Amino acid sequence: MSYSQKVLDHFNHPRNIGSFEKNEKNVGTGIVGAPECGDVMKLQIKVENDVIVDARFKTFGCGSAIASSSLATEWMKGRTINEAFQIKNTEIVKELSLPPVKIHCSVLAEDAIKAAVEDYRKKKVAGV
Amino acid sequence: MEQIYLDHTSNTPLLPEVREAMAPYLHGEFANPSSLHRGGRKNAKALEEAREKTASLIGARGEEIIFTSCGTEANNFAMKGLAAAHEKKGRHIVVSSIEHFSILHAARRLERQGYRVTRVPVDQAGWVDPQKVREAIAPDTVLISIMHANGEVGTLQSIREIAQVAQEHGILFHTDAVSSCGTIPTNVSELGVAALTLTANQFYGPVGAAALYVRKGTKMLPFFDGGGQEEGRRSGTENLPAIVGMGKAAELALSHMEERTTSLLKLRNRLMEGLISVEEVYLNGHPTQRLPGHVSISVAHVESEPLLLSLDMEGISVASGSACNSKAMKSSHVLQAMGVPELLARGTVVLTLGIGNREEEISVVLDIFPKVVERLRKLNRTPIPQEVRSVR
Repeated sequence: MSYSQKVLDHFNHPRNIGSFEKNEKNVGTGIVGAPECGDVMKLQIKVENDVIVDARFKTFGCGSAIASSSLATEWMKGRTINEAFQIKNTEIVKELSLPPVKIHCSVLAEDAIKAAVEDYRKKKVAGV
Repeated sequence: MEQIYLDHTSNTPLLPEVREAMAPYLHGEFANPSSLHRGGRKNAKALEEAREKTASLIGARGEEIIFTSCGTEANNFAMKGLAAAHEKKGRHIVVSSIEHFSILHAARRLERQGYRVTRVPVDQAGWVDPQKVREAIAPDTVLISIMHANGEVGTLQSIREIAQVAQEHGILFHTDAVSSCGTIPTNVSELGVAALTLTANQFYGPVGAAALYVRKGTKMLPFFDGGGQEEGRRSGTENLPAIVGMGKAAELALSHMEERTTSLLKLRNRLMEGLISVEEVYLNGHPTQRLPGHVSISVAHVESEPLLLSLDMEGISVASGSACNSKAMKSSHVLQAMGVPELLARGTVVLTLGIGNREEEISVVLDIFPKVVERLRKLNRTPIPQEVRSVR
């Protein structure tokens, strides 16, 4: 199996590594795991007026899991939370040219995005 | 950038002397050794010379060597050929839980055909206690197969003691010596084995030539039926260039074994100590009873795939101890059998030295490794938290 140049680029120069303070009211956090392979992804977004102004990730997993989450943070920045919620794993597969055995990494990234947005929405409704 | 090759357990480079020995048989000397004309007779002689040289490496007689295409074939041959020939005596086989898949899966195949298989466990260092082998023996045991050294974790087994147990019970004992033969002394009479697998590409010979030693007088069913080559036990036109290469490589391995081992050990110890001095990096396998060029480590909070990839980008070729190439990611059966925790097993890499490695290369690896590990640990979300949501 070989990785595309884009995967290697994200893997070598991951964008937006790190984390935000989880309890801040304008931060949404999504932590997801793939039980079948043990990968874990944490995606966080910082939101102002429903627009994602910043994003961070930390991932325990293979090269394509790292690349998928790195790409996800890049794509989320500047989008509204509703737009980010629409990001599909298939778009990630296409952008990174993921091989079939690594498609589950993109699924994980999509789920992490959705989890982060949902977390933010919940906080907003609760008025924390 | 020059590649630093630390994956000799997967394959070794061909020595120039071996390549030279093979050259005439790739160009010009093409006659089939079974042919009766002069070209055939000449090549039959070359075949027998290679057989003698290969036999010398393990202290055997030429007639006890059956050439095969690879270690996997020889292991399958040993398991199935020996079991079938002694079926009347019984249908029970003993193997260890850390054998190569060519033994374990052959055992599973035999199980489907009605054999019983006992898989002897190993301790934390990957060592098979000969006493456990003794306990596994049943009245109908016909074959024991325990590897000489494990290629994944490097641990050496107490073959002589296990052979003694087998002998006391009159049971055939085969050892898979693929990882050890040509690197450390592997004498069949000293070890006391009835059958042994070796392969040329582990001692600077070519891929495509391997051998099964079977002690003279041991009953064995043919593996390939056909024209009757290899005393009728393994028919098929011989891969002469590769076999000649194997003979030459065996000759060199035998004459240079001591000096090779001395230099490998020196490099290995420095590499091993340097790697495990990095925080939360653990050695797998036995600390001293291990192959001279072998280091297996588990790196906490890191996945082996990105670690391998990062080292590769820095010009260092190593092997991964586990493979996440499908949805069902499993850590190595060897590490599992040794009780290495799953999370730790996932960060396993295997570094195996060869005779071409130099001190400067070890310095480069020891300089780069901690940096790569530090970078990957920053990237990682660990430990895996309780609140992880399941995906689909």
